[in-house]
Amino acid sequence: MEILFYIAGILAILSTVIVIASKNAIHALLYLIVSLLSVSLIFFILGAPFIAALEVIIFAGAIMVLFVFVIMMLDIDTSNSKKEYDFLNPKIWIGPSIIALILGAEMVYVLFSEGYHPLPHQSISPAMVGKLMFAKYALVVDLAGFLLTAGIVGAYHLGQKEKKIFHRYLNNKNENS
Amino acid sequence: MFSIIRSLWLTFLHMFHKRVTIEYPEEKAPLPPRWRGRIILSRDPDGMERCVGCYLCAAACPVDCIALQATEDENGRRYPEFFRINFSRCIFCGYCEDACPTYAIQLIPDFEMGEYDRQNLVYEKEDLLIAGQGKYHGYNYYREAGVDVGVKGKGEGENEDKPVDVRTLMP
Amino acid sequence: MNETLKLTLIAIGILLALLTIAAGLIWVERRMLAAWQDRYGPNRVGPFGILQVVADMIKMFFKEDWIPPFADKSVFILAPAIVMVTILLSFVIIPFAPGILVADINIGLLFFLAMSSLGAYSVVLGGWASNNKYSLLGAVRGAAQMISYEVFMGLSVMGVVIMAGSFNMTDIVLAQKNVWFFIPQFLGFVIFFIAGIAETHRLPFDIPEAESELIAGYHSEYSGMKFGMFFVGEYLGITLISALITTLFFGGWLGFGFLPPVVWFLIKMFAFILFFILLRASLPRPRYDQLMSFGWKILLPLSLLNLLVTGALVLYFT
Repeated sequence: MEILFYIAGILAILSTVIVIASKNAIHALLYLIVSLLSVSLIFFILGAPFIAALEVIIFAGAIMVLFVFVIMMLDIDTSNSKKEYDFLNPKIWIGPSIIALILGAEMVYVLFSEGYHPLPHQSISPAMVGKLMFAKYALVVDLAGFLLTAGIVGAYHLGQKEKKIFHRYLNNKNENS
Repeated sequence: MFSIIRSLWLTFLHMFHKRVTIEYPEEKAPLPPRWRGRIILSRDPDGMERCVGCYLCAAACPVDCIALQATEDENGRRYPEFFRINFSRCIFCGYCEDACPTYAIQLIPDFEMGEYDRQNLVYEKEDLLIAGQGKYHGYNYYREAGVDVGVKGKGEGENEDKPVDVRTLMP
Repeated sequence: MNETLKLTLIAIGILLALLTIAAGLIWVERRMLAAWQDRYGPNRVGPFGILQVVADMIKMFFKEDWIPPFADKSVFILAPAIVMVTILLSFVIIPFAPGILVADINIGLLFFLAMSSLGAYSVVLGGWASNNKYSLLGAVRGAAQMISYEVFMGLSVMGVVIMAGSFNMTDIVLAQKNVWFFIPQFLGFVIFFIAGIAETHRLPFDIPEAESELIAGYHSEYSGMKFGMFFVGEYLGITLISALITTLFFGGWLGFGFLPPVVWFLIKMFAFILFFILLRASLPRPRYDQLMSFGWKILLPLSLLNLLVTGALVLYFT
């Protein structure tokens, strides 16, 4: 079980790196899916199958929307990958990567200084997640719900078109009334 | 909603209807007698070729698939030296049959002409000529009218008067 | 070791049975469609034409497997594999009979939903990688259709989950001992069925591959065995949705005694498969915007209502 965890972890890190470094947007998104799948596997190994399944369901849908955006905005041609290539010159990425390295080193230090934790053997059932969400964290869930509702209403408002009448008689009548 | 369920039910009932398919190689579709299928050249009741090589069929053919060459025998009777129909071009329109003044070229109810080699679809006179009279029995062009080519003497045709002797035709 | 061997054998057996069923469905569908259209269908190859499948398979294997030079090659190859893998993985959770299932995981239903949302990628990736405008249109339509109908699909089975009190498929079947769930959950059953048609993009909801508008939609550029995978994937999808409806709403393997449980399951499953084909034979394809507004304006409120009422009733009676 532990070896599976490490394989999944390494896969997650590798695929995320490829997401950042990939020149082709669609390929990057594909690796993002792989990364999410490995994170989901990690959740599963850690004994949270419910969260693992939700991870796939929700993020698969979310990345699909990204896909549609990429398809609508980019062509398959090489000009975009050339543009992407310019992003990869050392001047741009050396600063962020040093900062990320420092953070990574801190994380590794914290992880190993706490001592060795074995993987838990207790599985968390959907009912437990539900109880936690709707009893202990009910307020947070409600707030998230409000936020999402506001988002949906806003998107509906932005997407709404005024009904245009192109016929001149109907148009006049519309103005008069 | 109701209409969807109704159409589902009606489609389901079609399972018990009679099939309209004709299972072809075992069961042949009934063809009407005037079906425009394979082209043949017929013979008159005497067993001679009806075709007089007038080229009207070749002229009428919209896809130019008919080729022939007229010639005469020792009696002066015209007949085609060769008669060639390229069935890979033929569209079975039947114009040649309409154009033919002697009922020689006819379209018969037969469509099973499949070939593996395209060149085999070019039918020569031997392939086209049949032994019988086709759709129009008892008709003999040279008996009805026309010149003396050994079929009948002058004025001996059906509905034909004796030739008038112009020298006796005096007032 | 003995237990592992038994599990492996069951898994391989189910896999082979499914592939046989899916391939056989090609023949079944053609024969049944013909029957509903007053024709005979394929009846030449073998008895009743049943070897037509074999002939089709041989044809597909020997066809040129062409990858268009303008396509994104790796993604193009990946897309048909995704559809097969996700649908075959979804079958892992389905209990065909007591003891005949691959994995008895307690988030079974969620696993299916996860796999079906991954399955949507095959349509999008296939369409995008073909780099062809019709494929791309099909892919975008497919993405929109599958994302939106997944929402109702998830919501409509939540009523079942509330009544059974578990995501585990075996528990759901056992909870239907007294009454099959399609009676108390009739609305959920109808919504799940409609969403299932949209999810497998079968007719009448075959909008991603609407042949009169988009040639073959997302798989226009596919040939040979890659097309064959999309093709078999579609029939596997029908089998999957039918098996799920059987499990969730029609009591799975539960029957009336005189037949073994597996047979009961298969009878119910084939009834739904035939219904899928009947739908194809009789209904016209809606327009794309009609499909979307039907989903969001009718099915979503209905499934939310169903969830709400079911939850309230379950709370009231316990």
